[in-house]
Amino acid sequence: MAAHKTPLIASVLLLAACLCGAQLKLGPAYHLAPTARAQTRPQRIVSIVPSVTEMLFAIGAGPRVVGVGNFDTYPPEALTRPKVGGLIDPDIERIIALKPDLVVVYGTQSDLRTQMERAHIPVFLYQHAGLADITTTIRELGSRAGNLKESAELANQIEADIAEVRKRVAGRPPPRTLLVFGRDAETLRGIYASGGIGFLHDMLEAAGGVNVFADVKRQSIQATSELAVARAPEVIVEIGVDTASSKARNLDAWKALPSIPAVRSTRIYQLRGDGMMNPGPRISASVRRLAEVLHPQAFK
Amino acid sequence: MTIGRKIAATYLVFGLGAVVTCLLAPLVGSTTIDFRRVFDASVPFAENADAQIFFVARLPRVLAGALVGSALAASGVVLQALLRNPLATPFTLGVSAGAALGAMLALTLELSSGIAGFSAVPIASFAGSLGAVGIVYSLARVRHRGLSTNVLLLAGVTLNSFFSALILFVQFLSDFTQTFRTVRWLMGDLDVSSYAPLVAAAPPIALSFGAFAMLPRSMNLLSISDESAASRGVDVHRTQRLAFLSASLATGAAVSLGGPVGFIGIVVPHLVRLLVGADHRMVLPASAFGGAAFLVACDTVSRSALAPLEVPVGVVTALIGGPFFLWLLIRHR
Repeated sequence: MAAHKTPLIASVLLLAACLCGAQLKLGPAYHLAPTARAQTRPQRIVSIVPSVTEMLFAIGAGPRVVGVGNFDTYPPEALTRPKVGGLIDPDIERIIALKPDLVVVYGTQSDLRTQMERAHIPVFLYQHAGLADITTTIRELGSRAGNLKESAELANQIEADIAEVRKRVAGRPPPRTLLVFGRDAETLRGIYASGGIGFLHDMLEAAGGVNVFADVKRQSIQATSELAVARAPEVIVEIGVDTASSKARNLDAWKALPSIPAVRSTRIYQLRGDGMMNPGPRISASVRRLAEVLHPQAFK
Repeated sequence: MTIGRKIAATYLVFGLGAVVTCLLAPLVGSTTIDFRRVFDASVPFAENADAQIFFVARLPRVLAGALVGSALAASGVVLQALLRNPLATPFTLGVSAGAALGAMLALTLELSSGIAGFSAVPIASFAGSLGAVGIVYSLARVRHRGLSTNVLLLAGVTLNSFFSALILFVQFLSDFTQTFRTVRWLMGDLDVSSYAPLVAAAPPIALSFGAFAMLPRSMNLLSISDESAASRGVDVHRTQRLAFLSASLATGAAVSLGGPVGFIGIVVPHLVRLLVGADHRMVLPASAFGGAAFLVACDTVSRSALAPLEVPVGVVTALIGGPFFLWLLIRHR
């Protein structure tokens, strides 16, 4: 009898483990503090996370970056470094072969983290979270990489720039905004928008907008056509959407839902460029771009 | 009751079920709308949010569910008869994997230039399904005068895994957001938000249903054996060709419209058989109506259960269909 039960118990445990994992991913974003403190200034840094790679270059640790992720494209210097895989397929052999003394690991890459710890390579754990976490990460990264002064300067500058935007839009009526970060070209299918948590939501709020999905406590939500009409956004901002199609033809898709205030007043904007979706050092520029379309008068 | 009356009763009962489901479904959704305002002609349509939710968001979605559900369920019946295999589904012969590969490529390469107002993803997915049908069909004819159902089955299953490998490879090469979108496509989505995709998918599905209408009597005989069917005057090769091509066409069009929504093609036909018996003259129309009602009902759950969040409809069909089917299976033993 007991022997029969074992697989059942095992599968229940497995299911529970999966659910816990799912919970972890679905739950509010969080920032993980670095685990092992390195005593000395790292000389060979590997980062597979685009935003952290950007931070490393921005705080002056770029010359010591010896490996980057496959999707790291900014700054252009990052393209000259050896590529060591991506979020789901880090090339552990290549990472170890680069003899790093600091590896930046994304929060969900538990395998990579275990491997690094086994090889006694110090790791810096990172996970996307809110807007405020970006500068926190930059300061922590600076203290870890030995660029304390530069990182403090960069973080202060970003905070000052965002505060400046907040000041400019303060007192102006915040438009109800739908922030779309994915949609099938030329149709209103597969619309993904920012939910009420995460850096996209925070950016929108800092730029003087009200997120129409502020009540949905998730980083993203599939915005069906019904939801788009029901939430009645006054402004629609599409970021990182569709690089191939012509802008006008693509935005025409929204005309199918003319009751949306943003459609009637043609306040639909496309902000292209990967910087918009990257919670790194360029975030204050992204917040400003967003504020400029939400409150054009404030930037005249 | 004579057989004619039984068939008429089947049409009436299942048809009525499908119609009632389709009439009730648009009344439910993630938001509450005012139905007096929906049909209030004094408010211009452009300013009438309730009317737009009803006519642009919900109605096309319900119709898409009905079209996809009935196409998949009927194709399931036809393929189960053709292959004489109760486990056959519309996705067994590689059609959906071909469609998925086409859609993956369109999503990953961010193809945008559609043809004649129809967008790229459904066109690519329909083209992919036709490609898969072409390959399987020509393989099954190579060393056979008619269609070898064994080769059909093996070629289909092999093509399924081959295309799945290609899909995984495309996903591997694409970046993270694209991978998420492609995975989401595989879960099925009926939020078509306009009538254009329905207009595009309806003709091939209508053509297939025309072919299905000629099949039930021959399928009854074919499900015993090819020889006995031939001895009773069935043109076996012609029937097999017609069954395979029409079921594949319907599946390809359905998948390009709503994604590969699982479970309908197997649960609905078997559910119907438990209710009306094995005669294809009743199983086929009952499955077509039942599939429409089932998918429309599942999609209503999908868009209202966790509103404003959307549960992928393919997840709902499996979660509801699986246990319900198992329960029926045990109860009838």
